[in-house]
Amino acid sequence: MAERSWSIANVFRGVFSASEKITDDTWDDLETALITADFGPDITDSVLGQLRAEADRHRVTEVKELRRMLREAIEERLAAFDPTLKLSERPAVILVVGVNGVGKTTTIGKFANYLKTFDKRIIVGAADTFRAAAVEQLATWADRAGVDIVRPQQQGQDPASVAFQTVERAVREGYDIAIIDTAGRLQTKGGLMDELSKVRRVIEKQAPISEVLLVLDATTGQNGLAQAEAFIEHAGVTGLVLTKLDGSAKGGFVLAVQQNTGLPIKLVGQGEGIGDLTGFTPHVFAQQLIG
Amino acid sequence: MATFGNLSARLTDTFKNLRAKGKLSAADIDGTVREIRRALLEADVALDVVKEFTAKVRERALGDEVNRALNPAQQVVQIVNDELIGILGGEQRRLEFAKKPPTVVMLAGLQGAGKTTLAGKLAKWLREQGHTPLLVACDLQRPNAVTQLGVVAEQAGAAFFAPEPGNGVGDPVKVAKLGVAEAKNKQYDFVIVDTAGRLGVDAEMMRQAADIRKAIEPDEVLFVIDAMIGQDAVATAQAFQQGVDFTGVVLTKLDGDARGGAALSIRGVTGKPILFASTGEGLGDFEPFHPDRMASRILDLGDVLTLIEQAQQTFDEEEARKVAEKIASDQFTLDDFLGQMQQLRGAGSLKKMMGMLPGMGKMKEQLDNFDEREILHTEAIIQAMTPAERQNPKILNGSRRLRIAKGSGMTVTDVNSLVQRFEQAAKMMKTVARGGVPQIPGMGPMPGMGHGGKRKQQPKKKAGSRSGNPAKRAQEQAGLAAKPADSGSGFGLGSASATPTEQDLAKLQQMLGKGLR
Repeated sequence: MAERSWSIANVFRGVFSASEKITDDTWDDLETALITADFGPDITDSVLGQLRAEADRHRVTEVKELRRMLREAIEERLAAFDPTLKLSERPAVILVVGVNGVGKTTTIGKFANYLKTFDKRIIVGAADTFRAAAVEQLATWADRAGVDIVRPQQQGQDPASVAFQTVERAVREGYDIAIIDTAGRLQTKGGLMDELSKVRRVIEKQAPISEVLLVLDATTGQNGLAQAEAFIEHAGVTGLVLTKLDGSAKGGFVLAVQQNTGLPIKLVGQGEGIGDLTGFTPHVFAQQLIG
Repeated sequence: MATFGNLSARLTDTFKNLRAKGKLSAADIDGTVREIRRALLEADVALDVVKEFTAKVRERALGDEVNRALNPAQQVVQIVNDELIGILGGEQRRLEFAKKPPTVVMLAGLQGAGKTTLAGKLAKWLREQGHTPLLVACDLQRPNAVTQLGVVAEQAGAAFFAPEPGNGVGDPVKVAKLGVAEAKNKQYDFVIVDTAGRLGVDAEMMRQAADIRKAIEPDEVLFVIDAMIGQDAVATAQAFQQGVDFTGVVLTKLDGDARGGAALSIRGVTGKPILFASTGEGLGDFEPFHPDRMASRILDLGDVLTLIEQAQQTFDEEEARKVAEKIASDQFTLDDFLGQMQQLRGAGSLKKMMGMLPGMGKMKEQLDNFDEREILHTEAIIQAMTPAERQNPKILNGSRRLRIAKGSGMTVTDVNSLVQRFEQAAKMMKTVARGGVPQIPGMGPMPGMGHGGKRKQQPKKKAGSRSGNPAKRAQEQAGLAAKPADSGSGFGLGSASATPTEQDLAKLQQMLGKGLR
């Protein structure tokens, strides 16, 4: 069984435990730890370079000290962007996109439930008309969260038209927030990515889109960057959602994504329960990562 | 089809630096090994596997075999290829069948790995081989997973067993048991048990999976994993190995641009073979996994075997023989050209197929720009011709060409270039049919040194695998010589079909001529 409380601290427990002096091995172990946490070779090199320079400058010799520096370095990088959701428009339209199986529908269910606590009128649109039973899955979540849902009128309906109908109804009936689910698509499928651009265009005919959230799976490796780039190009992503953080993966790759794309992480999913969604706090995230 | 584009590109670059050298110093090898290490890490290969892999490559590369080799750089590529195949699992392993049906297959994996979709794909694949699979819905956790499996089962034309509605209601262990009993009663010879997605750290859910395994004693437990997974592949794979002790692995979403590191990691860490790869959203996008071919793809040596197999699946052999005869006797007409083109379109995305040709990794970008609609345009032009014109393109004078251009919505220039290409292609195919080496007009003799888009044409003549570049030729021959030995059964049809296959590839070349120019 994988360890539940995974963190870099556990991965190289030996490095940070004793009050040892920093040696070449320390740096090797540190590199191993960062790579194992999916930071990727580029970010790992950059973080290590920064740490080395700082360690030299401040004449740091204790491994323990290094750990604090690492946490701060990562926290600083994570905090460089503003994680607040901007939902001031009425209705505030939120489009949720991502590759297959990252947890888009689940995230919407949890998110709708979360927003509900602020006493908002919420409607969700089931624009995933492709995958078998995706509409029913969203309907179940809408039911649990106690929000309204717009379903496609027929099987395999154009997702853009479902999105249109959702926003139309949100405007007409005065909903505060409309959340639109889309089908999972791999970023390499040109046609499907174009479809997403169309969904976006169609929605914008009625109301500006407040947020386009890209859902990323924490277990993803360096491919997450390619995903983000493609979705930014086609869907104009404004924020990231990191899901499945309750597993043994901690999603180190988001640092690379944030840094390369300038997109902030806005929400974090940590389980299959309806309450398992929180806002993103760099401090907590770095803490979990480094321990 | 996995492209492994980025990993291939990185490794190809690395090797390019080596190629120029006649003799390799220890420093050269160290540099190369470092590059390989980085390329593998960028491809999300688990760190432990990377370390082991690079150590082996380094040791062998510094050893005698490289120093004695005629072309040391080639030898290094060969070593990397060998080691990749080794890590990927050497021989392909097939699905284990039970001695006494039904054969029970259990699927397990993380949330969103693609288990339910895979259940449908597997069922369809089994049905095509004459089996009668029963899909059992044991994912009672995720909202409407049962409904989804039902829809998938219907699409695959497989039987479906779901006594519980799901959404948190019902006991999956009981359902699994009942499912197997149902299959015995109704004489289904395969049972596919879809289970809920679970995290490796979720002790309770892992125990449930273990209970299902104990209750139904499956012949195969397949661990379904997303090809895009990162370093966590190790922890997850180990958790599932301890939890349900899977017997094989299925890689999903290989059609993305994931660099396939997971394939290397999981095999390297657990020692379990990868049985299948899932490569698209359609239920038919599913194929047995061939380690040797995957290694060639990673190294950008191409995957000609899979290409040929796919071609053989789609092309009508009888038809192909007829066309071959026509070509040989100089009676190949535009009609046949059209027919072949339509068959080729039936074989699936051209891009996908071209991605399997050797050396294509480098041209990935141009490949992306290739517009498949060009083929439609060509079709339109031919369809705008009269039967007589199709039989004998020589009668196409200026006014006929103008009419055809108008009728197909293209320009006269397009028509001219099509006719010209057809004539060239027919001539070239005649040479191939007679067993000669085609002289493809308008192309430089050196692959990889071509100019602009024309480069793309070269790999296509690799049916006979002759490259103008000596280094590349050695590499290809090494690859080809190794391949038929262990998995050449795809050729099975013997020499009779060899000619059409070559023509199919030639045809591919000819049609691509336009789109890629």
